[in-house]
Amino acid sequence: MLFDIQTTISLAACVGAGLCIGLGAIGAALGEGYTAGLANEALCQNTEQSGDILKNMLVGQAIAESAAIFALVIAVLLLFMDMSSNTYLTAAALAGAGISMGFGAIGSGIGSGFPGGQCCLGISRQPSVASKLTTNMLIGSAVCQTPAIFSMVVALMLMFMDFGNMPLLPAWAALLGAGFSTGLAAIGSGIGGGLAAGESCSGISRNPETLGQITTTMLVGQAVSQTPSIFGLLVSFILMFKTFPETSSIAMAMALLSAGICMGFGGIGPGIGNGLTAQGAVKWVSRNVEAAGELTRTMLVGQAVSQSTAIYAMVISLVLIFVM
Amino acid sequence: MEIGGPDIIKAAAFLGAGIAMGLGAIGPGVGEGFVGGKACEAIGKKPEEAGLLTRTMLVGQAVSESTGIYSLVVALLLLFVV
Repeated sequence: MLFDIQTTISLAACVGAGLCIGLGAIGAALGEGYTAGLANEALCQNTEQSGDILKNMLVGQAIAESAAIFALVIAVLLLFMDMSSNTYLTAAALAGAGISMGFGAIGSGIGSGFPGGQCCLGISRQPSVASKLTTNMLIGSAVCQTPAIFSMVVALMLMFMDFGNMPLLPAWAALLGAGFSTGLAAIGSGIGGGLAAGESCSGISRNPETLGQITTTMLVGQAVSQTPSIFGLLVSFILMFKTFPETSSIAMAMALLSAGICMGFGGIGPGIGNGLTAQGAVKWVSRNVEAAGELTRTMLVGQAVSQSTAIYAMVISLVLIFVM
Repeated sequence: MEIGGPDIIKAAAFLGAGIAMGLGAIGPGVGEGFVGGKACEAIGKKPEEAGLLTRTMLVGQAVSESTGIYSLVVALLLLFVV
């Protein structure tokens, strides 16, 4: 090994902290910018509602910000916590924690921006339903934050779990893979959930009588959009808690790292895709509420097919973990 | 740490399999979701054509799925054949 254990751990903590807040700041900034942009558009259409729109913009941005705040907290913990340990595994775990939280905050930040912005536009269009719109926005953006919370849970577990009795080879790759799996898979689910939530705010402002059906369809669509991030969380947990036999083979280590990367990237597309399907369904539930049943059915069929690629990725991940 | 030739090839094959299936899943996932969304919009406009639209959606998604299946096949080849 190149450095002694303490130096390696400090190196990993610094790199992890940088990745964590660097990547983690991307999403929230984009989401908040989108919200502010649509708030300006809304103000220009209806200046009398400026107070409501501004208040709503700030609330929406605050929720989008929370993903970046999670990343900031993890980065500060990585920098200032006492990480004395007697194993190189701690270094892998800290780098994994930074990767998990950094990637994991991107999707939720972008996703939460959609409902915030569409809610501002909705208030300018239908000031009478402003409070219902804000409630719907809050529900929708809260669901968007779940993937970031999954990432934070994995990051905290990686930082505080005791890995003392695990064999260094191949467990270092498993811990790094656990970070990639939840972090990357969270990107898609965050954006997907946001697409559905944004369209529901727009739909409620067009047709406030259909509020109940719109919120229901949005929640069903968002729930399905979250599944890829749950697959990612599952693979992370397996990688963290399964005990792997000690081996000097680099192939075994790469299989575990690869399992995390596979499930992580594999979750991005289906998460966004499920959100696009939910967006279409929510949009037309608000315009043609008689077809709500047909639309929900089609949405679920479409999402199930879109989900299949996440399932392929999970199968390959599980083969890499359990068969190889 | 000694790393043998066959071991490093296996390691690269495993890493390649994960990257192939992981990145390969992004496109079909987004594409199929897009088809699903547009199908929902079309059914909203013309609910009486729901059967035809669902059929077209599924055919379109199946074609979009093919690249995901290519990735799956390549990943399995890397895992079990190489």
